[in-house]
Amino acid sequence: MRRLLALAGLAAVPLAVLGVFFVLPVSGMLAEGFWADGTFDPGAVAEVLARPRTQRVIWFTVWSSVLATACALLLGVPAAHLLHRRRFRGRAALRALLLVPFVLPTVVVGVAFRELIGEAGPLGFLGFDGSAGAIVAGLVFFNVAVVIRAVGAAWESLDARPAEAAASLGAGPARVFLTVTLPALRPAIVSAASVVFLFCATAFGVVLTLGGLRYSSVETEIYLLTTNLLDLQAAAALSIVQLLAITALLVVTSRLRAVPDPTLARSTARPPRVARGDWPGVLAVLLVVVLVGLPIAALVSGSLQVGDGWGLDNYRALTTEGSRQALLVPVTQALVTSLRTAVDATWMSLGLGLLVAVVVTRRSRTRTERRARSLLDGLFMLPLGVSAVTLGFGFLITLDEPPLDFRDSLLLVPIAQALVALPLVVRTLAPVLGGIDDRQRQAAASLGAGPLRTFVTVDLPVMWKPLLAAAGFAFAVSLGEFGATSFLARDDNPTMPIVIFHLIGHPGAMNYGMALAASVVLAATTAVVMLLVERLRVPSVGAF
Amino acid sequence: MRSVRACAPMLALALAATACSTVGESSGSEEPGDGATPTEVVLVTHESFALPKKLVRQFEEQTGYDLVVRASGDAGVLTNKLVLTQDNPLGDVAFGVDNTFASRALDEGVFAPYDAPLPEGAEQYRLPGDEENALSPVDNASVCVNVDDTWFADQDLAVPTSLDDLVDPAYEDLFVTPGAATSSPGMAFLLATIGAYGEDGWQDYWASLMDNGTQLTDGWSDAYQVDFTQGGGKGDRPIVLSYDSSPAFTIAEDGTSTTSALLDTCFRQVEYAGVLAGAANPEGAEALVDFLLGPDVQAALPESMYVFPVDASVELPQEWAEFAEQPTEPLTVDPEAIAENRDEWLREWSDITSR
Repeated sequence: MRRLLALAGLAAVPLAVLGVFFVLPVSGMLAEGFWADGTFDPGAVAEVLARPRTQRVIWFTVWSSVLATACALLLGVPAAHLLHRRRFRGRAALRALLLVPFVLPTVVVGVAFRELIGEAGPLGFLGFDGSAGAIVAGLVFFNVAVVIRAVGAAWESLDARPAEAAASLGAGPARVFLTVTLPALRPAIVSAASVVFLFCATAFGVVLTLGGLRYSSVETEIYLLTTNLLDLQAAAALSIVQLLAITALLVVTSRLRAVPDPTLARSTARPPRVARGDWPGVLAVLLVVVLVGLPIAALVSGSLQVGDGWGLDNYRALTTEGSRQALLVPVTQALVTSLRTAVDATWMSLGLGLLVAVVVTRRSRTRTERRARSLLDGLFMLPLGVSAVTLGFGFLITLDEPPLDFRDSLLLVPIAQALVALPLVVRTLAPVLGGIDDRQRQAAASLGAGPLRTFVTVDLPVMWKPLLAAAGFAFAVSLGEFGATSFLARDDNPTMPIVIFHLIGHPGAMNYGMALAASVVLAATTAVVMLLVERLRVPSVGAF
Repeated sequence: MRSVRACAPMLALALAATACSTVGESSGSEEPGDGATPTEVVLVTHESFALPKKLVRQFEEQTGYDLVVRASGDAGVLTNKLVLTQDNPLGDVAFGVDNTFASRALDEGVFAPYDAPLPEGAEQYRLPGDEENALSPVDNASVCVNVDDTWFADQDLAVPTSLDDLVDPAYEDLFVTPGAATSSPGMAFLLATIGAYGEDGWQDYWASLMDNGTQLTDGWSDAYQVDFTQGGGKGDRPIVLSYDSSPAFTIAEDGTSTTSALLDTCFRQVEYAGVLAGAANPEGAEALVDFLLGPDVQAALPESMYVFPVDASVELPQEWAEFAEQPTEPLTVDPEAIAENRDEWLREWSDITSR
């Protein structure tokens, strides 16, 4: 009983935040759909699901997301091995670079991709523009970093000795990987895959921009129904489909993730240099670098173009308010706003995420307790699977009366971004926390350490790197978040993606050049912050 | 000791976080209590809204109210927000609902009647069907097919002039337009074709358009900046859907524009301002609508929002006066018909274009 109370106490804050800023707004919008004109009408919602178009849309969403997730895993897992278990020059820079796609606004990535694969682009001969293949490539571009970082964080501190023992007993590298390493990594891989799948299934800009409007996903359809047609019944029907699908996904992944004994020995030995046997990792990293690097290179070269020549004019213009004062604030000021918002979103999602991760990974003594923990675990993944417009409109109609009058609050933007980042944070922390042997905590406790001290001496040393990885994620998500932010942003303090969107949406060569230059600045800022975060090391922790 | 050292960087992070955060700052806007005299006017608008700071200060000095701008989303998002929040409106004034969405907002009773005095020449932009004059036209911009004149001169090909030309095989694979379902100018172009070929004729026209190799994109920036030959990315299609003002932004070194708008292919979008029903500060709201219609804001519209003023007496910027020609007889569709058929038309359009 005391354990359950303690669990409830720890979970109370995250639950309250989720309840107010997610459950309430989303149910508000669903209610608008089900109670059309004041009468409860679930039949109309069911009718929407029977439409051939709806079924086509659902089918496309499922197969494109599955394919993109599979590709991201195939590339990401070997790349994670090379980038987190091997030592070579430029490793930190490469890891930072691979996180860049995460923060680039989709509208800019769309432009960069299409400049490469469009009819007039250098890869135009492939005929890739407007195909489903281009959509999948775009999804992988955005999400491969999730796999690399989440799996890498778990792999980094994995004890190498069992694998070495297996190898010395005569197992080949493939056999060692399949029988020793893979089972140990399974929780992290399944976690990453489920997050990537949710990101892909709710992708919005990529599907429209790269698919040439021939494809619709559930997310684009909800956007169209809500913002253009105001057909809330149909939107509610599709939102229900999203919610059910996510719930099913979460049940499946929690089964797959569960291993008989999650406890893992941790060690942080100095990684060896790259050897011949690492070719799968090298190949994967090369492929990822090409996939991520080409569009970024296209961006950089576009931003340096001035008329028919080259120059830095677009960058110099960033401190102004645009040609013809197209912007209310200089881009530099928007960058400051973005960074400050990202700091807020990061500490919010880290704080909440840590609480959630602790709650869901502690050993359960009874079945009810275990159920309660896994229910909580799933609950915090839901924000990833619900459309940003549903949430955005929901904010407006439900959070408008005291005591919950947050409609005009400056906090709404960082909170929304923190909610988007939260599942990533939890999924990065939980597998590692779950791998800590509970007996270590018991030993610490029996030696007289309080709960806090136990956490600091037992959990934190192992958690340190995953915490940094999670902080990086949250920061990057916040810097690049567009959907919810564009819905909530106030005009007097726009973030970078909003300003970039504004610039690229107006004619004039200068505006276009500035939009690309601003994207490069955003990307570079992210890369630098990531590099700095990775440098934050604690000597004592490293020696643990 | 170890634990203390482990905590130090965390503490540093936490300190850095509080120093850089936005949370600590007060928002600066005081909430007026019930019954107190309102001190601010809240303008709800779309993300393209921009006014020079000087004009905002001018309004605040003239009226004594603080102007709070809440801008986000496009015209469709704005309209639907207003409809969904009409019981507890987001502000006092809405600006940016256009003639393709205005009927929905009017039918839902989002706006309170306020018959603002219109500037010279603005009467023609009134929304048909708005009997109470709840909406005041503030600006207009026409969506027109644009062509790259230099490309056609280089190829020795006659420049197309009409919608019919776009389905001529001579112009195969040359046209790019944003889609109607995802883009507001794209929707305006669909309406232009409905205005030209009738409610039963546009479907065949679009089928021929697609057969002639028309490329569809997600939004305006993709079509113009990536695929258009005169866009930022130097694409390979010399015919694009854009605005009547766009030629003013493609001026070459010799002082002439490299592009022009085809004035027989245009659909005019008019943006309206109106006082919201249930506004907390109706007097301030009316003052703001008047201000938007005043000569200073009207003159600033082209430079800050890329649109034409409704006030005929306002002098346009030089490039606009020279290169941005407005259509005299744009194609039209009744706003009520748009409100009624939008859903159906978009569905038919999606079917035709994804075949």
